[in-house]
Amino acid sequence: MGNPVFDISDLYFSFGGQPVLEGLDLQLEGEHFHGIVGPNGSGKTTLLMLMLGYYQPEKGHLRFLGRDLTRLSRRTLARKIALVPQDFSIHFDFSVQEVVLMGRYPFLPRFSTPGREEIRKVEAVLEEMGLLSMKDRSVLSLSGGEKQWVVFARALAQDTPVLLLDEATSNMDIHHTLFALDRVIRQVTAGKTVIGVFHDLNLAAMYCDRLIFMSKGRVLAHGNTNEIFREDLIEKTFGVRGIVTTHPQSGDKQVFFRKEIRS
Amino acid sequence: MVRQTQWDVSRKRRGVLVFPFLILSVTGMILISTGMGYIPIPPLDVLKVVGFKLLHDPRLAEGLDKVYPYVIWNVRLPRILTAVFVGSGLSIAGVIFQGILLNPLADPYTLGVSAGAAFGASIALLLEIPLLGVYAVPLFAFAGSLLTLMFVLSLSSFEGRIASNNLILSGIIVATILSAGISFIKYVADEQVSVIIFWLLGSFNSRTWIDAGLTFGIVTAGGLFCFYFARDLNVMALGDKIALSLGVHASHTRVALLIAASLIASVCVAVSGIIGFVGLVIPHLMRFVVGSDNRRLLPASALLGGALLLFADTVTRAVLPHEIPIGVLTALIGGPVFCYIFRKQRRIMIHG
Repeated sequence: MGNPVFDISDLYFSFGGQPVLEGLDLQLEGEHFHGIVGPNGSGKTTLLMLMLGYYQPEKGHLRFLGRDLTRLSRRTLARKIALVPQDFSIHFDFSVQEVVLMGRYPFLPRFSTPGREEIRKVEAVLEEMGLLSMKDRSVLSLSGGEKQWVVFARALAQDTPVLLLDEATSNMDIHHTLFALDRVIRQVTAGKTVIGVFHDLNLAAMYCDRLIFMSKGRVLAHGNTNEIFREDLIEKTFGVRGIVTTHPQSGDKQVFFRKEIRS
Repeated sequence: MVRQTQWDVSRKRRGVLVFPFLILSVTGMILISTGMGYIPIPPLDVLKVVGFKLLHDPRLAEGLDKVYPYVIWNVRLPRILTAVFVGSGLSIAGVIFQGILLNPLADPYTLGVSAGAAFGASIALLLEIPLLGVYAVPLFAFAGSLLTLMFVLSLSSFEGRIASNNLILSGIIVATILSAGISFIKYVADEQVSVIIFWLLGSFNSRTWIDAGLTFGIVTAGGLFCFYFARDLNVMALGDKIALSLGVHASHTRVALLIAASLIASVCVAVSGIIGFVGLVIPHLMRFVVGSDNRRLLPASALLGGALLLFADTVTRAVLPHEIPIGVLTALIGGPVFCYIFRKQRRIMIHG
């Protein structure tokens, strides 16, 4: 087994004096779909933003492919790590194609018109994501879910070895959610590494082969989904009781909850 | 999924013709407006005078009215070129402010830059500082806008980050305080009040080559600087996090562009007074034509802004029976145009 993609030890981070991550240790191996789950305010998104270099660690080590992440140039990182954020916005009427093409910016000089190879890459993503027919549409005319779909397509066009997903399907309907995550799984099979924050435990259990349970800025449990997607860990992390069972056809773990108040 | 074609933004093919057209309009406007005025001069004679002044070839001046070179070179051209550069500068500043504040309604006013310049100029006019001579007003305007910008920046930054919402809020708060200050200055100004009011309305009357050179230098240098970051500005439209994931440090780029655009805007205000709506309307108009890619929007807006402000200035200088302040004219034309654009965009938003 080679170096982990991310090697994090004793990581501290706080917001305005309020500690968010308190001595977090985590090693993430490559070629897996890692899912991060945990209650609100447990530091999931903050951790992802530290991995992107958006925040700087206050203390501790954050190594990416064996090197100190904070010392890597933005351009280098942009060619290695792509992001689909939770809170995104699109201002100004760029066309769908223009937004997807932005995923290629880190590979292109500032003022060049994209070459045939780049255009082909973008067109391939547009076609795969079913966006070819609306590539000239203004992104301002799209619904929230469609916008997220385009932002997602842009991250795929970036074609980086590592993909960070922060609630990346939160605005999508179930059809698009499954389609997008299926596409992500194929990337993992092809040798990429994906790290995703999920609120939907069942989506995480379906798609991620590794799970990280987070609570209060620490990792509670980390391991193979089949081994750690357990009722006791879910209760310890979220404070709710559920029944973990197995999908009769796929064999994926799933969890059921029941409402506390019965009529 | 069938949608209205009005949402298609396939403007790229048209873009090929936009730039030659705009360059032709600017040069054509300069040529025609130089010939217009109290003494009408035919375009060919205008070219002869310009050629004579640049090449120093006496044959070009043969047979020309002796007044022409003076009128063209000392009176009209400095004013005309200043108007063009100010129009370009205000439009560039508009594109940049809108891009970094992610707000299509942003312009030098929103950040308090214009109010700062106006406040500085009012103080200079009130005190009548003899030491600096005619440069007192531009220098004070310049200092006023830069100080205001620095204050607005410090007011809106928290823990080293500047959020665009905070910037707009801070800008409006500071601008409001400064307008109150300007009102107070007017109140205590006595006889000087008419001078202050006239300056605040904006004018290109009796601009010199120094004004033209100063605006040209700052607008060109600042414009090129902004153009270098045009693609980064595109990415920033998707938010700071995506921008960073695409290699663009939005927070740093925002400060750099903010300073560059404010410098441009403050020079424009310093030489011409307050000219509203140019920085707001021109980028909006050009987005319809060339789209939102700042690598095209920025140069296109600079060209159109120069041509249109020169057009407006020529109307007040040579067409209207009495010269009215250019700031009043741009507000009277630009205001309704902006209302129309604003309504139209809202309509498309709602029915889209």
